[in-house]
Amino acid sequence: MAKGRVSIVVERCKACGFCVEFCPTHVLALSSAFNSKGYHPPHVVHPEKCSGCDLCGMYCPDFAIYGSKVAEVKAQKAAGEKAIGGEK
Amino acid sequence: MKADPHGVLTGTHFIDGDHACCEGALAAGARFAAGYPITPSTEVVERFAARVPTVGGTFIQMEDELAASIALQGGVWGGAKAFTVTSGPGFSLMMEHIGYAAMTETPCVFVDVQRGGPSTGLPTLPAQADMMQARWGSHGDYEIIALCPNSPQECFDLTIKAFNLAEEFRVPVMFMMDEVVGHMTEKVVIPPADQIEVMPRKHTHKSIEDYLPYATNGDLVPEMAHAGEGYKFHVTGLTHDERGYPNMTPQVQDKLVKRLQNKIRNAADRICLFEEERVDEADVVVVSYGITSRVAQRAIDMARERGLKVGKLRLITAWPFPEKKIAELAEQVKAFVVPELNLGQMVREVERAANGKAKTLAVPHAGGGVHNPDDILNAIVEASRC
Amino acid sequence: MLNVIDDTVNPVEPFLRTDRMPHIWCPGCGIGTTVNSFARALIESQIDLESLALVSGIGCTGRVAGYVKLDSFHTTHGRAIPFATGLKLANPQLNVVVYSGDGDLSAIGGNHLIHAARRNIDLKVICVNNLIYAMTGGQTAPTTPGHATTSTNPYGTFEPAFNLPHLVEAAGAVYVARWTTFHVRQLARSISEAFKKKGFSFIEVISPCPTLYQRRNKMGDGLDTMKYYKEKSKVKHGAPTSEVGLTLNGEIVVGKFVDRDRPDYQSMMRAQYVEALGERYIEDPVECACGDY
Repeated sequence: MAKGRVSIVVERCKACGFCVEFCPTHVLALSSAFNSKGYHPPHVVHPEKCSGCDLCGMYCPDFAIYGSKVAEVKAQKAAGEKAIGGEK
Repeated sequence: MKADPHGVLTGTHFIDGDHACCEGALAAGARFAAGYPITPSTEVVERFAARVPTVGGTFIQMEDELAASIALQGGVWGGAKAFTVTSGPGFSLMMEHIGYAAMTETPCVFVDVQRGGPSTGLPTLPAQADMMQARWGSHGDYEIIALCPNSPQECFDLTIKAFNLAEEFRVPVMFMMDEVVGHMTEKVVIPPADQIEVMPRKHTHKSIEDYLPYATNGDLVPEMAHAGEGYKFHVTGLTHDERGYPNMTPQVQDKLVKRLQNKIRNAADRICLFEEERVDEADVVVVSYGITSRVAQRAIDMARERGLKVGKLRLITAWPFPEKKIAELAEQVKAFVVPELNLGQMVREVERAANGKAKTLAVPHAGGGVHNPDDILNAIVEASRC
Repeated sequence: MLNVIDDTVNPVEPFLRTDRMPHIWCPGCGIGTTVNSFARALIESQIDLESLALVSGIGCTGRVAGYVKLDSFHTTHGRAIPFATGLKLANPQLNVVVYSGDGDLSAIGGNHLIHAARRNIDLKVICVNNLIYAMTGGQTAPTTPGHATTSTNPYGTFEPAFNLPHLVEAAGAVYVARWTTFHVRQLARSISEAFKKKGFSFIEVISPCPTLYQRRNKMGDGLDTMKYYKEKSKVKHGAPTSEVGLTLNGEIVVGKFVDRDRPDYQSMMRAQYVEALGERYIEDPVECACGDY
């Protein structure tokens, strides 16, 4: 069971590659999919290696990705928090 | 609301215009000033620096006029009534920030104690040559209000008016003194605080969720919030929409800039102040402001002694310009005589508003002193022969 | 469309005006990265967001003010610091952050930078330094290293560049640090430290401008630049600021260089008035001009 989980806001991504490069456990790679702006957003290739450190989130200049620890995920679910939508 | 008594130096004083202006600001509730020294305005802030620590408030002398003219706006958004004081060269430096105040609708007062120009000019001698600059000095389309006192007493009274107008219309107000009015010493009566009306800040009563920083009702003036109250609003000099967010389209530009203009123009009748005397049967009306109005009075008296029918129109509000009044008088009089301590600035407005219905005679003066009343008298005589 | 796979929230999200996303910064620009560090610092320091005000100037970094969900002011070019000074003096309860770029703060804003540092005004200044005037198309900035190519030095710059940590230390800043956008956690920590200090704090963040500075100087894209930061940065806490100047493609000294204590402007002002006026001094913060509302 991975310690962490990555969430990706595909439409914000500009494919700069920071998250892919600086993930310490190489969880991510740029996908071959496109978002509506024509960028290749990242996708998770090694989910089992994610520690939830959120370095991807700290590096992302577009606020398009973040990691959370699984324990956190459970706590937030319990608190009933909703993910915040971005684009209108 | 009534003035805060802490700032009101009730009593009869013998002080000059600069000092009276400072007292007017304090009486109006100004508790923050950012300044930079420049003759002949410096005494205003020197007095403020001496007074404000025992009244409650802050003065800071900034490193230049660029800093002073924006620091005062930070003070406004932090909750204070604020002003700065300068003369020609500093006024020029402040132009960008006057535009910023107009665009962000920051209520504040800019005092310009006019001196000879252009450039360094005549630091210790009067002129009235910044009048057009007061109106048009910053780039883009915007409106301001400008007031012209002609005595130390008016420097007190009209400074309060300036602050009140600034708050009512959320606009920078130009207080156009001149070196003579600033440095002449006369009796100034400061009434008790409960006899002084001040305009409170137009602060919103809306909840945090409902508040939009630049939404307006019919009066075209939005409600304000201050930093630190939880509204988490955004202010920008970019063309913006009602949320305060940059929205740089022709449609939003049209709506915003026209509203900034109309909020003043639609209220011009209410804002315009002038003093008229015996204009009803006049053949000639002398239009003047500031120190020149006092010299003009002498000329008018001399002309009347000669049997000429001369009226007086003294501009107290120079901007918005009282074009309706001039247009009305133009139907009746032969000519306007416009003496000014410049080579022709407000006279252009008179001419424009008269629209050919009456002649306009300028009585220019390059500055450095006041008119010889005879020069104004000669113009009145010439005008009456039109 | 959102593609979040669970109900978690990006820690930076509550600090953003999400109705204005996506932002205008280029792919690989580091400004957004600095905002992440800023948000983490706010969380870590437990700063009361309602008494935090953010002031920026003009430029790419200046746009930060429009994207953060705080009382924020996008002011004129170079004048964020004097505006922030006015805010702070009118309401000393505010925590005032200045977030602006190298051109805005050190060229047109240079005079205000040194005076605010001299006076030790209690401001936290985050200076994102991309070594260029980015927004206007890549002109030379006072921080552009020698021999770089810019649009106003098409044959290469030849002026010495400012060493900003050295400049602000000499002017009187009490906290001076430099990081790059690679050093996300250290940057967050420095910002937190600055929040705990009273006085003029200055944190420089070297950041890529892939579209202009990096491209014109054949330095690759944002990611290449981040790798360069990772490889060529040297952490030297307490290094003499005279020795941390930047060169084209050279070593980048990062770290906390200055952390000293001096009374801040308002403390000095208060002390002076108390000494001169005693009980006559009225110290209350500037009254709200509102009247009853």
